[in-house]
Amino acid sequence: MTATLRAEGVSKSFGGLQALADCSLTAQAGRITGLIGPNGSGKTTLFNAITGYERIDSGQVYLDEQRITGASPQRVFSLGVGRTFQLTRIFPRLTVLENMLVPANRGRSTREHRERAMDLLAFTGIASHARALAGTLSYGQRKLLELAYVLVADPAVVLLDEPAGGVNPSLIHHITDRIRELNAAGRTFLIVEHNMEFVMGLCHQVTVLDSGSVVASGPPEVIRTDPRVLDAYLGTEADDA
Amino acid sequence: MAGTRHAPRLRSRTFSGLGAAVLIAVIAVFPLVFTNPTATNFGVITLIFLAVASAWNIFSGFSGYLSLGHAVFYGTGAYFLAVAAKDWHLTGSAVFWLLPLAGAVAALIAVPLGLVALRVRRHTFVVITIAFFFIAQLSASNLAVTGGSSGLLLPVPNWTSATFNNPFYYVALIIAAGTVALSVLIRRSRFGLQLRAIRDDEDRAAGLGVRAMPVKLTALVLSAFITGMAGALWVYFIGEAFPQFVFDPLFDLAVVLMAFFGGLGTVAGPVLGALILEPAQMYLNLQQSNGYESEILFGALFLVVILFLPRGVLPTAGEWLTPGRMRRLRDGWLAWRARRTAHPPVPPAEGTPS
Repeated sequence: MTATLRAEGVSKSFGGLQALADCSLTAQAGRITGLIGPNGSGKTTLFNAITGYERIDSGQVYLDEQRITGASPQRVFSLGVGRTFQLTRIFPRLTVLENMLVPANRGRSTREHRERAMDLLAFTGIASHARALAGTLSYGQRKLLELAYVLVADPAVVLLDEPAGGVNPSLIHHITDRIRELNAAGRTFLIVEHNMEFVMGLCHQVTVLDSGSVVASGPPEVIRTDPRVLDAYLGTEADDA
Repeated sequence: MAGTRHAPRLRSRTFSGLGAAVLIAVIAVFPLVFTNPTATNFGVITLIFLAVASAWNIFSGFSGYLSLGHAVFYGTGAYFLAVAAKDWHLTGSAVFWLLPLAGAVAALIAVPLGLVALRVRRHTFVVITIAFFFIAQLSASNLAVTGGSSGLLLPVPNWTSATFNNPFYYVALIIAAGTVALSVLIRRSRFGLQLRAIRDDEDRAAGLGVRAMPVKLTALVLSAFITGMAGALWVYFIGEAFPQFVFDPLFDLAVVLMAFFGGLGTVAGPVLGALILEPAQMYLNLQQSNGYESEILFGALFLVVILFLPRGVLPTAGEWLTPGRMRRLRDGWLAWRARRTAHPPVPPAEGTPS
């Protein structure tokens, strides 16, 4: 199960602030695409636009050939696009296992659904907490739980908003390994992340946003040396060099 | 996993099942043991509030959308029964057959109200439900069908006075037990899980494929159905319908206090809250010539619960009674009993010089 996610010419403004200006991005089927850019460059807004959490002013979003522009978050998810949030959003007063059972079960029986949930908890390494209230998990464990329950419904495309943010280094390796495994099975990823080592080591393709516009797109080794990217990140220093 | 808080364990299920069976048995024989009409009167009203508090909890407790407008459904059911019994010339136990219809009318009213109110959340939702309440109260005071402020009288059944309250009591018991059973089923179902997910984070739930609006609306309609039936039974029991009592602003506060007191979002919480608070309030009202003192007392209790036991008595007690504390309590009890059997307390002999 895999699919290509495309945003074409997406624009969005909040009052006088142009958050996204004619933004285009493709997350190729079966690949890991990174989305980077300075704070406030519009990465999360683009995620929200794609997943139905934010209405866009113009542009289109496609999942393979299907137009999903303006679809509700619930519909986007049921079409096979799952996402996590920058500040993790779990259900604190449900148990970890109950959290896993919230996503639609796609025609599975309750028992199969439960088994799948436990498998994914084991896969992400938090199965021993299944009966604990999710609100008692540490920040890193919440990130893993959020990744796990997004996977319950087998989404073709997974959008991760800062999966490594605020997570200790050993857990980052654990998360990276899990993403690689899932990707090897064909799943498409689109990842927003500030940790450059994480992005450059993991992603096949990287798109750079600055002030709501795409300034560069390409393989990590090209992006790393692109003067426009250095400019976006480091200000005028690239010009001085 | 030291320090990790767990959800209530399965082992408590047998215990609560046993407790429920005992409670139902006690409630079922209550009017046979306490035949005094004042006692059975307390019983009928308490069971009605038990049903309403549980019904309110099915919607508000599980979904987190706090409704202060359930009196709309209660009053709608009440007026439906009052008008229908009069127009269709029903008397005696035949009137009880109107109860499901009264519930259906209240449920029908809940659909448009829900479609409007459930678009907003938190404080805004609460304010809208209060507005609905005042619209309903004003309508009842001014419409011809409700008799306006001169009210409606209901047919009085010609049952013997000694057991007059009993049919009301057992109908109320059926509604209350049915509501608690429904509450248990929902709490354990996928539907209940979706409601609780909505309570915790509605947008996140939507992003996981939960169709929030239909889920919330279904809960509200179910809740309104039961509340409407309860209101209809209540009005038949008290025998008259006046707008200021049928649509009583204190009704919702009482119901909310019961749920909060016992434990919001739990099955047993509203049951406990209703069983303690409703008889207490009626007792105080009986002692005092005016209702102000009980209202002041209940207002104060509301503050205490919200400030110190915001999650209610049952969840707080459940957490306090950790396995460790339980063991210490048991050990303490066993040690005390062992000491008593080893050295039975000697009764002071008479005339012993001190």
